[in-house]
Amino acid sequence: MMVGARALRGAVALAAAALLAACGSDSGNTGGGGGGGGGQPAALEGRGEITFVSGKDTSGNMQKLIDKWNTDHPTEKVRIVELPESADGQRQQMVQNAQIKSDAYTVLNLDVVWTAEFAANRWVVELPQDQFDLDNYLKPAVDTAKYRDKLYALPVYGDGGLLYYRKDLLDQAGLQPPKTWTELIAACQKVRGLPGTENMGCYAGQFEKYEGLTVNFAEAVQSAGGTIVNEDGTPAVNSSQAKTGLDTLVQGFKTGAIPQQAITFKEEEGRRAFQAGQLLFHRQWPYQWALANKTDGSSQVVGKFDVAPLPGVNGPGSSSLGGHNFAISAFAKNKATALDFIKYFSNEDNQRSNLLATSQAPTRTKLYEDSELVQKFPYLPTLKASIEGAKPRPKAVKYGDVTAAIQENAYAALTGTKSADQALSDLQKKLEELTKQ
Amino acid sequence: MTTTAQAPPGEAKPQRKSSPKMSPQGSGKLAALLLSPTFVVLALVIAYPLISALRESLYRREEGVDESGFVVEGERFVGIDNYTAIFQGEVADRFWNAFVNTTMFTVVSVAIEIVIGVSMALVMHHALRGRGLVRASILVPWAIPTAVSALLWQWIFQSDGVANAVIGQQVLWTAEGQQAFWAVVIADTWKTAPFIGLLTLAGLQIISTDVYEAARVDGANAWLTFWRITLPLVKPALLVAVLFRVLDVLRMFDLPYVMIGARKSSVETLSMLAQDEATNLRYGPAAAYATVLFVYVVLVAFVFVKLLGADIIGEARTRRKEVKKRAPVPAPSTAQAGVGV
Repeated sequence: MMVGARALRGAVALAAAALLAACGSDSGNTGGGGGGGGGQPAALEGRGEITFVSGKDTSGNMQKLIDKWNTDHPTEKVRIVELPESADGQRQQMVQNAQIKSDAYTVLNLDVVWTAEFAANRWVVELPQDQFDLDNYLKPAVDTAKYRDKLYALPVYGDGGLLYYRKDLLDQAGLQPPKTWTELIAACQKVRGLPGTENMGCYAGQFEKYEGLTVNFAEAVQSAGGTIVNEDGTPAVNSSQAKTGLDTLVQGFKTGAIPQQAITFKEEEGRRAFQAGQLLFHRQWPYQWALANKTDGSSQVVGKFDVAPLPGVNGPGSSSLGGHNFAISAFAKNKATALDFIKYFSNEDNQRSNLLATSQAPTRTKLYEDSELVQKFPYLPTLKASIEGAKPRPKAVKYGDVTAAIQENAYAALTGTKSADQALSDLQKKLEELTKQ
Repeated sequence: MTTTAQAPPGEAKPQRKSSPKMSPQGSGKLAALLLSPTFVVLALVIAYPLISALRESLYRREEGVDESGFVVEGERFVGIDNYTAIFQGEVADRFWNAFVNTTMFTVVSVAIEIVIGVSMALVMHHALRGRGLVRASILVPWAIPTAVSALLWQWIFQSDGVANAVIGQQVLWTAEGQQAFWAVVIADTWKTAPFIGLLTLAGLQIISTDVYEAARVDGANAWLTFWRITLPLVKPALLVAVLFRVLDVLRMFDLPYVMIGARKSSVETLSMLAQDEATNLRYGPAAAYATVLFVYVVLVAFVFVKLLGADIIGEARTRRKEVKKRAPVPAPSTAQAGVGV
């Protein structure tokens, strides 16, 4: 009995400790936060050693670029702090660091959707816009780094959705890649008439209940001319356009154009299905290009596919923006060094080397037109078009709650537990609650 | 286990009193002194987090945004508001759903695990050749971290995975629905039935062969021997294993979270609610959820120990008496205790 009770208490205490570790309960004002009101941001001062906090450096190129920086700046060395691979895990560590106001993290590699939360909580400092050549960056990418028109980060990696399609089959059926959803369905029906493709899935995206569903839902709504949250931050998801967008996906599932199992698809499940030749069209990020072209036998569609912009309802569709922005922690020392480091990391040479090493899309416009790069990554022009027509996901301080509400209702509509109308009006109500001030 | 734990206190007391060198008071002080490091550690790792979690559950972080778009800082005392909020409106639906899920997981998985675990133990107990190998291989699932086994099972249960290939049907295990619940139960059973199996095996090995011989002489068949001898005698060990498992499942988090996903109502447990609140920076409500779960776990543990634990001691006493009397086996009282399981 004693053993049981003690073990139990220990277990609960551990759980409680884990919870508590996440919160430094101190209140009071932060020092060195981004300037309030209007005016110029506070000057970024201090030089010396800093840390660069990021997800896994899978290619080793990050370390290479930092080694070069360290040789050139022996007194302002940068050290990489590697965080977990999952985005949630990364955010959690960065939030914990901010909660205890630790100076252990200097430069933060933020997912584009975290900017608003980190800026509004004063966890990152405002950056001087005039010190960056923002005109040379893709505009929508720069937009993701802003909160209330102030710059809090610099976009370094971009990402946009592409429509992967089976070029061999479309050619065989004598078709061009579809520009609208109707064309896509028609093309699929025609291709399914070809021998051996009767059971092929028409289309899939990421429909599992996670961040990917938010991305795909946002794209469906935008591609129908709707929006989730207006420019001024008010939710506007209960519109006829949004309904048309959501309905395309709902109908896709109902008619079987989107295979049933796609409701369990994240990026990788969908990629496997596309590589196994089970999908005609697939909404996916650029990373699939290299993997689906791998000639080690893992892909059955090597050289048989191409990419096009996402289809819309009446014209080309609009992608959700992905990617990463670099920001400076409000609690860090040596912010001047950090600013220089961000500038260095995102200069043209380094973005090029990053693209070559990791195939992560750059944010500098010029690189998308570089003939050498386009030859190596033929999808670049399409990706540029995708990103230029892309919209950021809702910029919300409580992004975690916002995306949860979107996933909840979109998932209910796709699985048929709610009608599209009901899902959208529920979502509108929930978003109004979450964004009211 | 209980028998040995029972005996020493009774015998130890007179021994201490008979020792003339140290006065009872002095030895008490020395004992307190010697134990104090333990108490300090316990206070640090158990009392402090527990109390500060309780404190946290009475506060709420400011959530509003000021004119220039910055979050208003600080937290305010809200009394029991975090607790009452759990039982109101939509949040209450989600809470009760998680509560039912947690309870169902506990009842269903532990029941299945007992049956499989005990069977495993019997097999391991009887297997003469290669017993060590069998035992080690049965223990492998238990040794795998839960998050890793959740990933393994996610692979098995995905739409083009092994599970669907074996049953020859397209079941979307990881999508919302009943099947997700069963997927978690299967994965949990796979991982933890060996735990029950091993503890039961330990219990089996201390049963003297005399009793079995006596049963054979009395002409008891295999089933009767199991039901009237093995089960009652292994019960103390089995109960400890079951209690541990129950407490374990009540705080289940990683398996449904990694395997099925966050915020899926068919598998959401109470721990997942607390985690969800904490990741959205609502530490007060998160602490409130954790406290509610804590109270639930304590309650279950208490009921478990009161109902079945009393039985353990009672049975141990009867067993001792029986051994003294050399009563014929199966004795009626033991049989009754056995039915109690």
